Amino acid sequence: MSLKDIVNRPVSEWMTGSGPDRDVVLGSRVRLARNVAGVPFPAVATDEQLAHVVDLCRQAVAKEPFLGQLVSMSSLSALERQILVERHLISPQHAKGTKHKAVILRDDEVVSVMVNEEDHVRIQVLMPGQQLPLALDVADRVDQALEEHLPYAFSETRGFLTACPTNVGTGLRASLMVHLPALAMTDQINRIIAAVGKFGLTVRGLYGEGTQAVGNIFQFSNQVTLGHAESEIVHHLINVTRQVIDQEREARQTILKRNQVALEDRVLRAYGVLTHARLLSSHEAMQLLSDVRLGIDLGLIPGVKPEILQELLVLIRPAHLQNRVGRELAPAERDELRATMVRERIVAGKGENT
Amino acid sequence: MLCDACKQAEATVHVTQIVNGEKRESHLCEACARREGEGMWLEPVFSVHKLLGGLLDVEAGGGFGAAPARSRVRCPNCGLTFADFKRLGHLGCSQCYETFDQQLEPVLRRIHGGTTHTGKVPARAGSALRRRREVERLRQELQAAVAKEEYERAAELRDRLRSLEQAETDAGSRNG
Ligand SMILES: [Zn+2]
Ligand SMILES: [Zn+2]
Repeated sequence: MSLKDIVNRPVSEWMTGSGPDRDVVLGSRVRLARNVAGVPFPAVATDEQLAHVVDLCRQAVAKEPFLGQLVSMSSLSALERQILVERHLISPQHAKGTKHKAVILRDDEVVSVMVNEEDHVRIQVLMPGQQLPLALDVADRVDQALEEHLPYAFSETRGFLTACPTNVGTGLRASLMVHLPALAMTDQINRIIAAVGKFGLTVRGLYGEGTQAVGNIFQFSNQVTLGHAESEIVHHLINVTRQVIDQEREARQTILKRNQVALEDRVLRAYGVLTHARLLSSHEAMQLLSDVRLGIDLGLIPGVKPEILQELLVLIRPAHLQNRVGRELAPAERDELRATMVRERIVAGKGENT
Repeated sequence: MLCDACKQAEATVHVTQIVNGEKRESHLCEACARREGEGMWLEPVFSVHKLLGGLLDVEAGGGFGAAPARSRVRCPNCGLTFADFKRLGHLGCSQCYETFDQQLEPVLRRIHGGTTHTGKVPARAGSALRRRREVERLRQELQAAVAKEEYERAAELRDRLRSLEQAETDAGSRNG
C-alpha cells in the first residue's frame, strides 16, 4: 500500500476495531523513546549525524519488513504531513521541519515510528479499546527489531537515555483515552480528575483542560518513567482507570434511572442536529458526537456503530476536509463540508451495522 | 493579553467562532493554539522547569552544580554544560547522563521519585547487565542445589556459571 493510499483511506485500524471496555475506553497508546548511543539528540545533532540515524533506520526497515516503510518527511507535502498529524501517526512538531526527519509506517497504522523527533526514535502503538498490555507487547517487538540495527543509548542505572529527563528509564508513556459524559453531566468530573492526578497520572482533556474538555474525552497517562518496570507502569494506569470506568458506568445507570426521558431527549436532539445540520463547527460537532456516542452506548440510538465518534474526530479535522475536496477551504466552507461529512458517515455507519 | 488556556504566555492568536449564532472569541498563545487544533493522543507536556519547581534555580546558589569548577564542566561528547541544561530543559546526548550524573541525581529524584531503572534491559546494549543477572540467578540456584544435595544439578549449574564468567572476562578484556 502506498502512502497515498494511507492518506486517502477514510479510517485507521485503531478507530474501527472494538476492544475491551470500549463503552468508556476509546483507545490505548504506548510510546517508547529510544536514542542512538553517542550521537547527540536531534535538537543539537548535526545534519550528518541526523542523516546517519535515518540511515540506520532505513537498514532496519530493509531487514525487518514487518516494521513497514520508511517515509522521509521531505518527500511529503505540507497537507500530507498534516494528515499524518490528524491521524496521530506523527506529532505536530514532527510535521514542522522536514530535514532528516522520517516516519516508519505500517499499513494498518497500528505502529508508527518517528525518526529524529525529540529523540532519535519514538515508537508508537495505537489500539482501540483498553488493550494496553497488548500494545506494550507490540511496541516491545518493534523495539527489539530496531535494536538489532541501532546501538541504543542505555545505562544500567538510568535505563534508556532520552533528550528530556522526564522520559528517561523505560522511555515509556502509556495512555488511555476515555469518554466520560455521565461523570460530566453529574458534575463529578473535576473531583474524579483531581483524584486521578493524585495517583501519579496526568490527565489531559481533549481540546482544553478540566471541565472545559470538549466532547468529554480525557487522556490518562503515566507521569513517572524511571524506577518502575514497564508492566508495573501499565498496570497501575489500568487499575486507576478501571475505577473511573466503573464510576462512569454507574453514573450512566443513575442518569437513566432518574430521568431517562431527559437523557433520551438530549442524545436524540444531538442525533437530529448531526444528521440534519448544514453547517457545523468542529467544537459543536464534538460536543454533539459525545452525546450521540453516549446514546449509542446506552442503546438509545439503535443501529449506529459506536466507532463513529473516533472516526469523525479525525475525519472532520481541517487537513482531512481539505484533502477530500483537493483545495484549501475557507472556514465557512469547512463548516459546510464538515456537516456533509458527519451526515454521510452516520448514515453509512447505520448501513454497516445492520 | 494573557492566553485564555494557559493564562501564562502572551496571547498572539485570536480566534472568533460562531457557534449556533453565538459569537465566541478566544485568545491563545501559539503553543495553546497549536494544541487546540491538534486533538487527541498528544503527549502530555511536562516542563522540566515546572516539575522541578525551582529546584534548578534555588540550588544554583548552593547545593548541586554550584562549585564553579563543576559548573564549567562540559560534556566531552556534545559540549553541553549543566547551565545549558538548566536553561534548555533537555540534555545534549546520552553521555551527558554520565558527565552530569551527580547533578542529575536530585533532578531525577524530583521528577520520578526513584533514580534507578528497573525495567527492560535491551538485548544488545544491556548484554553485560543481562549476563550479570543470569550469573546471579545461577549462583542462587547453585546454592539451593547444594543445600538440597542435588549434586548432579549443582555440577551442571557450575559448568554453566564458568562459561558465563569466562564470556564476561572476554568481553571485559575486549572493551578495556
Ligand atoms: Zn497558552
Ligand atoms: Zn552530551
